[in-house]
Amino acid sequence: MTTMDRPDAPPVRTHKENRKWVGQSIRRVEDPKFLRGRGGYIGDMTVPGMLHAAVLRSPHAHARITGIDAAEALAAPGVHAVITGAQAAQLCDPLPDFGPDPAKHTWRCLAVDKVRYVGEGVAVVVADSRYLAEDALALIDVEYEPLPAVVDPERALADGAPLVHDDLGSNCAYERTFDFGDVERDFAEADVIVTDRLRWHRSGGQPLETVGALADFDHATGELTVHTNSLSFTSYLFMVAGTMKIPANKLDIRPVPAGGSFGSKLFATKPAVIAGMCSREVGHPVQYLEDRVDNISNCDHHGSDRVYDVRLAMMRDGTIRGIDIDTVEDYGAYIQFGVGHHGNALAQVVGPYAMTSVRYRVRAAMTNKNQQGAYRGFGSEVNNWMLEQMVDKAARELDLDPVAIRRQNFIREFPHFIPTGNVYDSGDYDGVLDKALELSDYKHWRAEQAKAREEGRCIGIGLITAQERSVFSATEFWFWFDEPGAPVTSMPESVTLKVDATGGITATLYSCAFWGNSPETMVAQLVAEEFDCDPHDVAIVYQGSKNGLPATGPGGSRTTVMLAGAVEGATAKIKAKALRAAAHLLEANPDDMEWVDGGFQVKGVPEQRKSLADIAVMLHLFKHSFPEDMESGLEDSKVFDHPYTTMPSADRKDLGVFYPFMGHACHVPVVEVDLETGSVSFLAYAAVHDCGTLVNPRSLAGHIVGGTAQGIGTALYEEFVYDDDGQLLTSSYLDYLIPSAMEVPELKIGHHETPSPYTLHGIKGGGEGGRMMAPAAINVAVNDALAHLGVRVTELPITPDRLRAAIRAAKSRESG
Amino acid sequence: MDRHDVTLTVNGRTSTVSVEPRKLLVDVLREDLGLTGTHVGCEHGVCGTCTVLRDGESIRSCTTFAVQVDGAEIRTVEGLAKGAELHPLQDEFWDKQGLQCGYCTPGMLMRACEIIEGNPDVTHDQVREGIASNLCRCTGYQFITEAVCAAAARMKADSAETTGAQA
Repeated sequence: MTTMDRPDAPPVRTHKENRKWVGQSIRRVEDPKFLRGRGGYIGDMTVPGMLHAAVLRSPHAHARITGIDAAEALAAPGVHAVITGAQAAQLCDPLPDFGPDPAKHTWRCLAVDKVRYVGEGVAVVVADSRYLAEDALALIDVEYEPLPAVVDPERALADGAPLVHDDLGSNCAYERTFDFGDVERDFAEADVIVTDRLRWHRSGGQPLETVGALADFDHATGELTVHTNSLSFTSYLFMVAGTMKIPANKLDIRPVPAGGSFGSKLFATKPAVIAGMCSREVGHPVQYLEDRVDNISNCDHHGSDRVYDVRLAMMRDGTIRGIDIDTVEDYGAYIQFGVGHHGNALAQVVGPYAMTSVRYRVRAAMTNKNQQGAYRGFGSEVNNWMLEQMVDKAARELDLDPVAIRRQNFIREFPHFIPTGNVYDSGDYDGVLDKALELSDYKHWRAEQAKAREEGRCIGIGLITAQERSVFSATEFWFWFDEPGAPVTSMPESVTLKVDATGGITATLYSCAFWGNSPETMVAQLVAEEFDCDPHDVAIVYQGSKNGLPATGPGGSRTTVMLAGAVEGATAKIKAKALRAAAHLLEANPDDMEWVDGGFQVKGVPEQRKSLADIAVMLHLFKHSFPEDMESGLEDSKVFDHPYTTMPSADRKDLGVFYPFMGHACHVPVVEVDLETGSVSFLAYAAVHDCGTLVNPRSLAGHIVGGTAQGIGTALYEEFVYDDDGQLLTSSYLDYLIPSAMEVPELKIGHHETPSPYTLHGIKGGGEGGRMMAPAAINVAVNDALAHLGVRVTELPITPDRLRAAIRAAKSRESG
Repeated sequence: MDRHDVTLTVNGRTSTVSVEPRKLLVDVLREDLGLTGTHVGCEHGVCGTCTVLRDGESIRSCTTFAVQVDGAEIRTVEGLAKGAELHPLQDEFWDKQGLQCGYCTPGMLMRACEIIEGNPDVTHDQVREGIASNLCRCTGYQFITEAVCAAAARMKADSAETTGAQA
């Protein structure tokens, strides 16, 4: 099937036994400052002379800007500057864009001659306080010439639709069809072809803290310093520097803790550029913080918004042969990440099932909405949902048991290359399923369901099995294009470890802004495992981008695996030097020595020993005791590159390895549907995850529960609703409904550990947690509750309105 | 714009600040008093991130003008710990991982404080319903609920011990 030879996999590792710290649910080292209200978020920072910026947003979905009069605003009390979109275009170049044709769908920090969605920025005011800046916004007079808006992605692709970008010549920013494996054969030989049309509406990360930046341009040095809660761009600094038209070595981006992200602060360049541009203009430090309306309407990080037409090639015995996916994605008005969300889906497009072919057609539609960015799952969670709805429908059409059909198709031999070319490194899907059946009390709930049905109550069980790929390689962003061909992208992550003269260890991180994940705890546990110290004694420092080592940052559940590789590499270098020093001090042969409990000793002679502190003090202060070529100090770094990623084939029939460490989970929600109100409530919820060896089980459990809560939002409540004119109807939390403690059930959580053969300790990523599975599982559960009434819901979120409409339609079909 | 003197006793310390009548309590706490532990989330009273206690009762400081609470006693997250010693709620949030990003945590802690102080025998279900006033985007609430219940049990035991010692 493939059109190229596959490069060798990395060597299979032997994992350490009897780990002391990896696997312990220690208290997170990040937490005390947050518990004391001393988190140091971007909004908490002030510097002398700091001014505040506020952005004027478009009230129109689509309109030409025919004039802006800012004179009155400029004269208002406390105002230092007003910068319009046209002026901003002189001061800054377009924002960094991975889209298909950036010159034709150009994205800027403020709109220039035309606004393309409600909420797009048209001007920015800099004033002494945020209050005064917002006062002045009201005094800016913008003349608009409204244009017809296009809101529905399929209508956007139809002839005669209003054009979002005139230069693009159509609203289709990208279209391509890929065949992986022998699609024609699988569909020709299928007994049954199961088809469906599915619709996933847009929701988003909506962290409780918005995005912000504090920028300080120094005209004396030409340097710009930006503190921001976006990730610290170390390897991607040139993007912001390019937009700001300053040399990359004159820009320092410093990370501050983020009050949540869920993907939505990934490359959030716009606030940093707005603050930087304003600071350079007024000569003061400037803070720009999105308010909630800015964030909901203009964050550039709405989540997936897809229409699917899917065909599943099935054998009558339940064997899944292949899948044909035709999807239209509503990207909104810009397309900063290209169709990377679909690359992500292709990493695990077949789920845990051993099908042999995939056809994937994607069309990217431009509409008058805020653009897509990242939201926990990055498009894979949508694929999980689509695939599980299809498998569930196949089970119903073939009258097969929903557990049996899944088990029958499980992949059982690893490493396993799926038709797209990505590899699943390891897994035990039967083990996870067995555990989930037990944990969820599956048989009990099937019995309860039958009893309830006799009473006229509608209970549904939503068992699904799905993947969580981890540790992305950037290939997913560029294999869509034949040209320009790029080499495989290395996506490094770096750590510096320093052992001070007293033996204390400090770890420096280069990209991992904290955003609710636990980079400090992970590094502290991994360092403690290597050096036999207490993780709470490890100090953690975040380096800004200036003088930083190569680093990519969190995303795609990569942080822990990549940091582990970096910690392991830095440790090896330090221990090599420490061993040589200890051997020299003990006049022993290094080959006769071993690391035991925090120090080096002569094998079998524990009294011939130097602790790490003994060695460190000598290396720091008494260098002349050592051979000439040994330098003072005990510090080293490791730049750890992606351990397993390979090139796609030239014909793109094999995309290569780009997401190799494959997690898996089984979710089993039990729901009850109220037929009269269309509401869905949870009676039980069990989730078993396998993301390889666990570092901190409770932290992973937190990602499972928290991700599931977000998945419940996606499945039942959350939607950015635009009306037919492109007005955003959900611009506050009164309308955009985030689940509270009353909507989220208590979860029963199970862990299963199938170590990766290729990573330190066998760790896989798990940060995207429950959101990968919950929407799929809840949709299956709702359909299971209503199947006997002929109701099948194919659209998320399943709001009471949508559910009641589906119930009414089924009833009218029955009576008609 | 007119300014008004507002006197607040925050975490036991009394201050008078001169503010515009439109200035929000959360901004006075953060900007005038330097207490940045109280955060803003939705900015219109839905999410509870900005929760503080006024005379023992929780309020949304993002929809409260400072002039409305002139003379009030306010408690914020900064008042919970006693020096090095964390409040039982803070300690149990740490132990149970009742936080991830930490942004909603100060508001959640103050709401939990109100719940426990109002009912030392609070049940698991009452805690869950009680914290439904405050949104958390990270945790899914399960470990928060666990932490609040554990803190309530500890505070009750501590108070019984204190009462016992006094008797």
